[in-house]
Amino acid sequence: MESLSNKKKVLEQKPLNFMERMYLPAIMKGMGITISHLFKKEATIRYPEVEREFSTNFRGMHSLKRDENGKERCTACGLCALSCPAEAITMIAAERKPEEKDLYREEKYAATYEINMLRCIFCGLCEEACPKEAIYLDGPIVPADYLRKDFIYGKDKLVEAPLEMKK
Amino acid sequence: MDSGFVIEKFILVAIIFGISLVIAMYSTYAERKVAAFLQDRLGPDRAGPFGILQPLADGLKMFMKEEIIPTTSSKWLFIAGPGLALLCACIGTAVIPWGSPMVIGGKVVPLQVSDINVGVLYIFGVVSLGVYGVMIGGWASNNKYSLLSAIRAASQNISYEIAMGLSIIALLLLSNTLSLKTIVEQQHGFWKDGWFTWYFFKQPLGFLIFMVCAFAETNRAPFDLPECETELIGGYHTEYSSMKLGFYLFAEYINMFVSSAVMATLYFGGYNYPGMDWVATQLGTTWAPLVGTAVLFGKIFFFIFFFMWVRWTIPRFRYDQLMNLGWRGLIPLAIANIIITGIVIAIIEKF
Repeated sequence: MESLSNKKKVLEQKPLNFMERMYLPAIMKGMGITISHLFKKEATIRYPEVEREFSTNFRGMHSLKRDENGKERCTACGLCALSCPAEAITMIAAERKPEEKDLYREEKYAATYEINMLRCIFCGLCEEACPKEAIYLDGPIVPADYLRKDFIYGKDKLVEAPLEMKK
Repeated sequence: MDSGFVIEKFILVAIIFGISLVIAMYSTYAERKVAAFLQDRLGPDRAGPFGILQPLADGLKMFMKEEIIPTTSSKWLFIAGPGLALLCACIGTAVIPWGSPMVIGGKVVPLQVSDINVGVLYIFGVVSLGVYGVMIGGWASNNKYSLLSAIRAASQNISYEIAMGLSIIALLLLSNTLSLKTIVEQQHGFWKDGWFTWYFFKQPLGFLIFMVCAFAETNRAPFDLPECETELIGGYHTEYSSMKLGFYLFAEYINMFVSSAVMATLYFGGYNYPGMDWVATQLGTTWAPLVGTAVLFGKIFFFIFFFMWVRWTIPRFRYDQLMNLGWRGLIPLAIANIIITGIVIAIIEKF
């Protein structure tokens, strides 16, 4: 039948000629190629010691940010949880007491804030939704674990280290 | 037989046995390293510096593994198989001359366990016996795949032994002896009477055939059909575990070492190297043979590397291609080689 795209190529298998039947020239050529790889730089990255750099738009583990005074930015508005397509985020809001003024920026804060890392798809919609610039997916790869309950990350794992500890 | 002779041979046997086991051990490491380097990788580098302790770790792992003997297997043969494979691999080293005779304290010590006058035939006999280990192991497993693999191994070895033997005959026409010691002595130095002394330069085609057959005899790629995973799971050692499996793998590497040694001895002058007479006058009769031994080991290591290099280059042959190459390619070539060699010898001697 006529080819409509004109891309069809008819290949015919020719019998091998004498040099090809001897195998040796082809083998020599192949061995030349493999030996040339002996002198090439290896592509391996020795993982635990050396880590490959992430691309600039890599989205890793979440971190809850603090402001310049070391106060937690999150005000438990729930927009991140609302925007999350995987429903990985839950939180319980609480009212700030007067003596906690140095800890939280707004009058309302997240008493618990949990992200289920098994549900999370790392789409980054939570960081887009956040009006307070409190959550960013700028961490490393979420590590492996044995139990499902250990993948629910609370504030202990998510909140950035306090300012004085960072220094 | 005096006790000095027994002690001398015992020490020599122990050293050669130890060396061949260590080389087999480190061949597994070298294989993985060579494979890695040829594929732009690093290879094992965790156990010790550069992964140098990897073979020990592998050996330890092998010993710790559970030893499974299938209930349907023929138990005695199942156990005997790997032992036979390793034994046949090891005894091949007995007739290889590792160096010219060494003088220690006025006593001449030949660096060869035994110089039997049918050395080449002995090597052939031992190599042929090697297939029994595979055959018995494969049969005793009582597993279709193992049996198929064992049959493949046996028919492959028998087919390629013919071409191997024929390629050696052309060499024997030149050497007029079967003793490996004499064959090596005939290749003394490097250049004599206007031509190279090494038999490779007198028998290049014979060497090529011999080498291809050596690949097939040791079940190495591209002729590793008995271990063809895609078709036969693990091949003849599918049912084996623990150190019994280790014995089979070990036997393969010792076979590789022995066939490298035989190739170096028969075609590449064994312990001979250019300028060996000058070195002998400089170092004396005690140390110069050891230099020769080092040179021989250099050649052996090159061949072992070559085995690995080929393995990581050439894909496996199909079974019909293998038989085609063996029966319709190599055997006629080997016979033609004998005829041409005979004619050339007749011309040189008569005219």
